[in-house]
Amino acid sequence: MTGQEMSANPVGGQGWQFPFSISIEPRLTVPKWLPALISVGSLGVAFVIGGIVLAVAGGNPLAIYAHLIRAAFGDIGVFNDTLVKASPLMLVGLACALAFRMKLWNIGAEGQFFLGAWGASAVVLAPILPRDTPAILMIPTMMLAGVACGALWGLIPGFLKAKFNVNEIITTLMMNYIAVSWVLFWVFGEWSESGFQMSPMFPRNAWLPRLTDYAAQIPQFAGLTLHAGILFGLIVSVVVWFITSRSRWGYEIRLIGDNKEAARYAGVDIARNTMLLMMVSGGIAGLAGMAEIAGVVHRLQGAISNNYGFTGIIIAWLAKLNPFAVILVSVLFGGLIQAGREIQPSGVPRMLQGIILFCVIAGDVLLRYRIQITRR
Amino acid sequence: MIDWIAILQAGIASGTVLLFAAIGEIMAERSGVMNLGVEGMMLIGAMTAYRTAVTIDQPWVGLLFAMLAAGILSLLHAVVSIHFQADQVVSGLAINFVGIGLSMVLGEGLSKAGAVSLLPTITVPLLSQIPVLGPILFTNHNPMTYLGYALTPAAWFYIHRTRPGLHLRAVGEHPAAADAMGINVYRLRYGYVFAGGVLAGLAGGTISLAVSPGWFSELTTSGQGWIAIGLVIFAQWNPWRAAAGAYMFGALRRLILDLQGPQTLLGFANPFFYTPRLGFFLQMLPYALVILILFIGSREAMKKRVGAPAALGVPYIRGERGT
Amino acid sequence: MSASAPLPDSASSIPYAVEMRGIVKRFPGVLANDHVDFDLRPGEVHALLGENGAGKSTLMNILSGLYRPDAGLIRVNGRPVHFNSPRDAIAAGLGMVHQHFMLVPTQTVTENIILGLSEPRFFLPLDQLDQRVLALQEQYGLRVDPKARIWQLSVGEQQRVEILKMLYRGANVLIMDEPTAVLTPQEVEELFHTLRAMVARGHSVIFISHKLDEVLKISNRITVLRQGRVAASGIPAHEATKAQLAQLMVGREVVFTVRKKPVQPGEVVLSVEDVCAENDRGLPALRHFSIQVRAGEIVGIAGVAGNGQSELAQVITGLRRCSCGRVVIAGEDIANRPPRAAIERHVAHIPEDRHGVGSSPGLSLAENLIMKSHRRPPISNGWVLNLPMIRRQAAQLKDEYNIIAPSVEVQARLLSGGNLQKAILAREISAGPRLIIAVQPTRGLDVGAIETVQNLLLKEREHGAAILLISEELEELLTLSDRIVGMYEGRHMGELNAEEATLAAIGLMMAGTPQGKPATR
Repeated sequence: MTGQEMSANPVGGQGWQFPFSISIEPRLTVPKWLPALISVGSLGVAFVIGGIVLAVAGGNPLAIYAHLIRAAFGDIGVFNDTLVKASPLMLVGLACALAFRMKLWNIGAEGQFFLGAWGASAVVLAPILPRDTPAILMIPTMMLAGVACGALWGLIPGFLKAKFNVNEIITTLMMNYIAVSWVLFWVFGEWSESGFQMSPMFPRNAWLPRLTDYAAQIPQFAGLTLHAGILFGLIVSVVVWFITSRSRWGYEIRLIGDNKEAARYAGVDIARNTMLLMMVSGGIAGLAGMAEIAGVVHRLQGAISNNYGFTGIIIAWLAKLNPFAVILVSVLFGGLIQAGREIQPSGVPRMLQGIILFCVIAGDVLLRYRIQITRR
Repeated sequence: MIDWIAILQAGIASGTVLLFAAIGEIMAERSGVMNLGVEGMMLIGAMTAYRTAVTIDQPWVGLLFAMLAAGILSLLHAVVSIHFQADQVVSGLAINFVGIGLSMVLGEGLSKAGAVSLLPTITVPLLSQIPVLGPILFTNHNPMTYLGYALTPAAWFYIHRTRPGLHLRAVGEHPAAADAMGINVYRLRYGYVFAGGVLAGLAGGTISLAVSPGWFSELTTSGQGWIAIGLVIFAQWNPWRAAAGAYMFGALRRLILDLQGPQTLLGFANPFFYTPRLGFFLQMLPYALVILILFIGSREAMKKRVGAPAALGVPYIRGERGT
Repeated sequence: MSASAPLPDSASSIPYAVEMRGIVKRFPGVLANDHVDFDLRPGEVHALLGENGAGKSTLMNILSGLYRPDAGLIRVNGRPVHFNSPRDAIAAGLGMVHQHFMLVPTQTVTENIILGLSEPRFFLPLDQLDQRVLALQEQYGLRVDPKARIWQLSVGEQQRVEILKMLYRGANVLIMDEPTAVLTPQEVEELFHTLRAMVARGHSVIFISHKLDEVLKISNRITVLRQGRVAASGIPAHEATKAQLAQLMVGREVVFTVRKKPVQPGEVVLSVEDVCAENDRGLPALRHFSIQVRAGEIVGIAGVAGNGQSELAQVITGLRRCSCGRVVIAGEDIANRPPRAAIERHVAHIPEDRHGVGSSPGLSLAENLIMKSHRRPPISNGWVLNLPMIRRQAAQLKDEYNIIAPSVEVQARLLSGGNLQKAILAREISAGPRLIIAVQPTRGLDVGAIETVQNLLLKEREHGAAILLISEELEELLTLSDRIVGMYEGRHMGELNAEEATLAAIGLMMAGTPQGKPATR
């Protein structure tokens, strides 16, 4: 039969009757505006729930939220900082959104981010290019190295998944821990700056251009640290959009993501696509690591990621895997991370992120079902 | 010198943590629900247990609260994945984030708390006299370790030789068949997801009150929840195999710490002592090993054609095609 | 609610075993049961006849407690009942044997039989339970090893387990949903024998089917459902005729418009030579199987489900590896090449599982129609999709093949079974195939859609396509095929020309007795 049922009360049992009848029916068509509305609604609900938790924990949620908004979007200075935080998030969010299209659970963006940062640093620190290489050559080489290392880090689980059906959720996650140890190994040793747990500062030609670098020409830019990394995010979002909705490869990705058996039946090489997609996804996350290293930190150290890799997962989901929505959501989450730095207790942004993701997936039920409440 | 007895003894203790989490996850997955939030649930458990112990000085009550707190968190996953039919991967990740964030918020300042009462240690009178095994298995262990010994056979027996176990397997393999026979698929799935949460909470509490006492925010678990999930796949949903893996990883954790201590190793100069940063490779080891055992497990599963419970990850909707 | 229920026959004061009055069940967009009445006397076989989608299964799912009716009344042995779950229905003595068996493949026969019972409370004394199952088997003459796991059993054995499961629960009324669909003619005889024995012991049986011959043979009375309504209620079987039932079922006079024109077969397009393959469980599914199909002919494969037919289709289309033999298409061996090799040689495949394999439920109708053609012009230049072209082509196919859908942008999961199948045929046939592998192409479709599908296949035959037809509907095989090959446990059981083929001979091949010409290579 075509029908499907979801009882409002599957546990059954008669007795007390609810004064309203709740009918839950599968939704046959989804209006175009509904997903966006649900995302915004879920966000609102998440902040309410988060507020309740904060109040229970002894905080003043309104004060905390007011502070969050002020510290993230209050003036051009903090907004600049928000965008700086948003830049890696965009790329990582896009990396996740692309992989999730194929239901490939790349939970390893964090590790790919670290490897990307490491690869870019290697260009300067190994050194692969001499210190005084002009930026025009240095920067692209660093980008290439970052992307390549991130892609390699994605390829390993991709290969294991494609050839031996090894669960990629666990492997990508394990690769995160390995990546962090790998970076620490270098910053504690080979590349350590006189025993400190960080590498020496990169030369200026290995820095991504920032707005403040043009303060001489445009005085308003003075002190604005927004760097070219945000352009990477914007460009990659267009590329990801083109891949998923306009290209043959994107069609195959969506086909695999929706029904693997049908994809195989249609002659799509799933193993090859799995490896390729993990490489591209890892490469994008690697680019994020490069941009963070070359645009913000300017040296390699252990603490370069504010949990960006994991936040990317939430961003991708909240954006419903839409690459342009990823940009918007990244700015929001950039603000949350930026403003959350000074908030005590320090776990608040993390907790809010979790609650947001939870509300978003809970809200998705409204995409699949129409819920009507009528009086009995 | 490396004290192998001590390593194995400590390995049994810290393996117990993985064992609880893995068996909890086996229960949930056997019923058809994958819960990737084990790490988050363990953290909530660890935090709750420690916080309770600090506040009222009752470690046993702390464990109880840890189980409850993680169980409640797992119910969120149950609602979203069973009733709302959300993707279980994403929902599990969300549980994870909520668990980590919440435990960091509620565990604020806990790391600076003073001395608290921990779980006692027990040496079993006669059994501890057995050569080699006695000191490893029955000497100076906290009660949770002994509970772990009992849990593995109990879990296996429950799954394969009891009526509720039969229903558990049916619900995870063919929920429509179970439903047609009057088994309440939803209720069972809620129950086993909750049980998985409770065991993850117990695992967390065992860490913070016994195995490595204290609250170190995320580092309290440092990925053990994920290792437990990897173990479940490696174990092919069999408690015995899960136990073997858990104790092995427990011993490995301790071995890694101990390897960096002595100046000589097997008669050679210990590279990890003289070049401490090589220790980072040792730290990678458990995670790399998880990848390796998953690889081995997958090859084995391919060859023997054993797999996950057939309905794992698939929400059950009555009257829909398929399982 | 319906009018007040009539009293049982005056002939007997015994209440009905089951009485359903005014049953209404609505699904989103479908009125599946519209005030349906149905009753069952003790000790009778009452057939519930109707096309696919007529509402038979819905009615019986209500009776077995899986669905709750929106309106209506059910009485069992004269007492009104309200079923909240299957458990309640089982407790009332109703046992349903579903068309798709409700058995847990990884569990043993005994475990499946005791599943869901409240006894034993906790520990399972498995040996003791096995004994009890054996005793029950003895009583009814239904034999199957209690320690065997379900996945190791044949379909016929699995059905026995289902029946045993119900008898173990003391079911008084047995509801059999399309029980013969998966059996050989001989096994059907055996089943009828069992059912008669059960009736003799006082059980009653509701026999759901869309096969007229069987219904006339086994039942005492017949109720016909059409589009959710009762078309005829409880007519005695000995008074009914096949033509009358067919008309009641379809609602118009049934004229078979499927007509096969003579076509001279051309060169050999497909030659399967000595192929071996394993099924998903690693057991041999094809054992040195050979078959040839020539241009302009339809070769039918007759076999009970699970005798290697599915695996044969998968090996030819590259979806399954074979461990020996060759699959030669137009002179080239493509065995163990990826599925693309077959696609590029113009092999069309109408898969058995149209939801799980043949379509992608979450993608749009248009996107489903470009599966396979998406890598070639005009759909794409190999890299970039030509969206206007995709839309235009989809709209054209939708018209040409009469696919009923609000638009080509609608998700495939929202299409009805018949329209989805038409879409799959549209995609496969519009590619201009040289060879068509059609697996159960009409399963679960209503009469109109069946006709469309069959005519499309015949038209392709006239166009010179070679067609391999795998079907469990013997009528269909006899109507469409030029030659019929029997298949049993992955082996070739001989070949019959369409003219000489009889149901009996096909049945013997399906049961493992070779008939007609042996395989040639």
